[in-house]
Amino acid sequence: MKHVNLTGGLPKPNAGVWKEAVKDCLPITTGIIPFGLTCGIMGRTAGFSIFGITFMSMTVFAGASQFIAIAMIGSGITGWWTVVFTTFMVNLRHLLMGASLAPYLLKLSKPLQYLLAFGIVDEGYALTMDRIERKGYDPNYQLGISALIYIVWVISTFLGAYFYSVIPNPLEWGIDFALPATFLVLLIPRLADRTSIIICLVSALSAVLGALYLPGKWYIILAATIAAIVGGFMEGGSKDES
Amino acid sequence: MNLKLISIVLGMAAATYITRIGSQVLFASAGMPAWMERWLKHVPTAFLTALIVPSLLMPEGRLDISLGNSYLLAGAVAAFTAYKTRNVLITILIGMTVMIVLNRFMPF
Repeated sequence: MKHVNLTGGLPKPNAGVWKEAVKDCLPITTGIIPFGLTCGIMGRTAGFSIFGITFMSMTVFAGASQFIAIAMIGSGITGWWTVVFTTFMVNLRHLLMGASLAPYLLKLSKPLQYLLAFGIVDEGYALTMDRIERKGYDPNYQLGISALIYIVWVISTFLGAYFYSVIPNPLEWGIDFALPATFLVLLIPRLADRTSIIICLVSALSAVLGALYLPGKWYIILAATIAAIVGGFMEGGSKDES
Repeated sequence: MNLKLISIVLGMAAATYITRIGSQVLFASAGMPAWMERWLKHVPTAFLTALIVPSLLMPEGRLDISLGNSYLLAGAVAAFTAYKTRNVLITILIGMTVMIVLNRFMPF
């Protein structure tokens, strides 16, 4: 299965890679569906049509920022610049994910880069980085993961919007626990050396402080930046632990 | 849907795409400096931690380190399961079971 071609476009579709993407993605989707449903429900409550809120999930494809925008619009804040700028700030963390994927993406053709960039989301990024660590980078894998998450996100938004008056808020079932549980399985194998454990602790502390005192998703940017810089310095100071 | 909402959604889509393609555009010509690559290597670990910890310690938006926080207890069980099994499905199943049992049967 070591069939990786990084020279240009997409390597030949490989059934093995697609199967792998589906298999890795399924647990994550149990965590995404309740958020998609909630997005549809909230969108309708805030005055979007079924088409309108589904269109948002199709074009924006970034859960947290959609929730914040919907809440703003629902409470009467409908200034174009206000909502768009808030969305931009909430999504700035993608720059960090894009940068960490850049060494792999930059080797691909431009159209493929632009397509894969559209699919960068927290969950897909985590799975792709995990795959890189285990088996190396494969654009087919990233594309498969992104496509699946996209389809699940759009369909569950649509279903939430369509059935919004009959289904109760799915986030009250505690199903949203599936996402942190999945991330735990991806995180724990990474904590194999001293540097990683310290990065994890620094990030945990900065994330909690950031989440308490900063608006929106800034805590993720703060924690990831501080912890990664600490890691960079530690490695610069001691011998390489990769 | 009215034009105003459509124009907001399109603006949101453009703003979000800029955050996603920004790094590729930035590093396409000049390449990435070596020091940056060194610390970007640690982004996944830091990022995963930043996603997990607040969602377990402050599920309602404020810090809640108590036995009444089912996310924290289920999270601790899930972390142990993840460590032992390295299996996503088993971890989700055990974590969710703890979650549901706590929410249903615990008085606090």
